Amino acid sequence: MRINTLFYSLIQGIKNIFRNKWFTLASVATISACLFLFGLFYSILTNFEHMVKSAEQRVAITALLELGVSDERVAEIKAMLMNREEVNEVDYFTADETWAKFAEENDFGDISIFTENPLEDCAHFDIYMNDVSMQSDLVEYLETIDGVRKVNQSALTAQVLTGVNSIIGYVSIGIILILFLVSIFLISNTVTIGIQVRKEEIQIMKYIGATDFFARAPFVIEGILIGFIGSLVPLAAVYFLYNEAVIYAASSYSFMAALIQFLPVEEVFATLIPICIGIGVGIGFIGSYTTVRKHLSV
Amino acid sequence: MKRTTAKRRQLSNAPIISLEHVSKAYSAGAPALNDVNLHINKGEFVFIVGDSGSGKSTLIKLLLRELLPSSGRIVVNGTDVVRLRRRQIPKFRRNLGVVFQDFRLLKDRNVYENVAFAQRIIQKSGREIRKNVPSILSTVGLAGKYKARPKQLSGGEQQRVALARALVNKPQILLADEPTGNLDPKNSWEIMNLLEKINNNGTTVLVVTHNREIVNDMQKRVVTMKKGVIVSDEEKGGYIDED
Ligand SMILES: Nc1ncnc2c1ncn2[C@@H]1O[C@H](COP(=O)(O)OP(=O)(O)OP(=O)(O)O)[C@@H](O)[C@H]1O
Ligand SMILES: [Mg+2]
Repeated sequence: MRINTLFYSLIQGIKNIFRNKWFTLASVATISACLFLFGLFYSILTNFEHMVKSAEQRVAITALLELGVSDERVAEIKAMLMNREEVNEVDYFTADETWAKFAEENDFGDISIFTENPLEDCAHFDIYMNDVSMQSDLVEYLETIDGVRKVNQSALTAQVLTGVNSIIGYVSIGIILILFLVSIFLISNTVTIGIQVRKEEIQIMKYIGATDFFARAPFVIEGILIGFIGSLVPLAAVYFLYNEAVIYAASSYSFMAALIQFLPVEEVFATLIPICIGIGVGIGFIGSYTTVRKHLSV
Repeated sequence: MKRTTAKRRQLSNAPIISLEHVSKAYSAGAPALNDVNLHINKGEFVFIVGDSGSGKSTLIKLLLRELLPSSGRIVVNGTDVVRLRRRQIPKFRRNLGVVFQDFRLLKDRNVYENVAFAQRIIQKSGREIRKNVPSILSTVGLAGKYKARPKQLSGGEQQRVALARALVNKPQILLADEPTGNLDPKNSWEIMNLLEKINNNGTTVLVVTHNREIVNDMQKRVVTMKKGVIVSDEEKGGYIDED
């Protein structure tokens, strides 16, 4: 393949975009519409997932220790727990700290009148998890550890959160699948509109002795460019909307701001930009490659 | 030693186009070609005439390897067309110039680009293209029209662009399927004269036509077809009338 030929195909691909203005417009609009919906759902779902995740991380398991467990043993247990995948954070509270905190939370006032610590056997770990679906495993493990007296968990919260998580998973897959099918349908329809011109051109090229590659290259380049443009438009639109939503939520209702922690726009777009461009370019490539292929058999 | 020389001589004398017992049936109905035998030598000028539906275009399509025959053997320019692999078709076609009744130009490119396109396919350098395209365009009498789009040209001019495109790569064979079908008598004659000129330079020319006057006037070899069969094949022949 000569550089000349490659360059020629590239120029022709770019020219095709302007030669068939309506086709370009229709294709860009279709891809944009699909990717816009995708971008919107993606932003909502990642935020939702993020909220659930941070809720999960606020669920603690409490592991009460037996009386007289040595400081070394405490450090040892802590290290063992930190080593586990599903554990995010481990906080240790001595019996005295526990009592002080309890008294404070319940407005006991001056606790120096107590000569003894009523919560003497309540030295404990608060364990925060990355993944609440692993909670029962962790509890089982905790109960086998020497020095652990009792494990308190909130099984219900964990169950609800795990449930919500898998629902989000299914919903995402479902929506993305539907969007994908709709895109394919719309795009193959759009491509069919523009095919007549191409069909003739490709046949002519093939009669003169053009290879499949040579006949196909300009159209495939055209498709890729259309896909690329078609992904930039919705990215810009979603970016704008997302920013507006963040500002709106933060400013208008303070209770909403407390409830909904939007992910920073940079974080969402760090993944959304490559995904959208990838899908756009991919659809453009596959769409043009396969439609042109149908007409190569002259 | 003697045998190789003999064989080589035989090869160079071998027809540039040969069909042996070629039949072609489309899925439905009577065969479009039925046991056709035809041999055309290098440098010949041959008219193919016959009623509508007699199989002339089918014959051209077989030579271009657009279609495969149902049976029989086709050799074009030393290539066994039936055995040709799909990947080899483009290279094979580059030795054949083709012209059609409906011109088949690339609509959104100008005259120059339409002709240059054939050169780009065979990966000629920019310098050669800038030399060859103007030269062939002046041969067909279109020196002043480089920038025109096909739709800004008359039918005769469009056909001359198509002819220039077919010839710019200097093919061994030129196939023309009713090249004057859409042209008035004056333009028809101009195209035919060009074809004859090309033939005089050594290109083998095969022309399908319904133009009785031109066929009778030019006194070339005439192959007449009827219902998929060659019914006559005459040197310096004429257009055979129905009945
Ligand atoms: N793609 C096809 N599918 C089915 N039958 C076909 C096809 N193309 C041609 N035929 C049939 O084959 C026969 C020969 O057709 P062909 O086009 O070769 O005729 P022709 O001699 O070129 O006619 P014309 O002078 O009108 O161009 C006709 O009966 C035609 O109906
Ligand atoms: Mg015909």
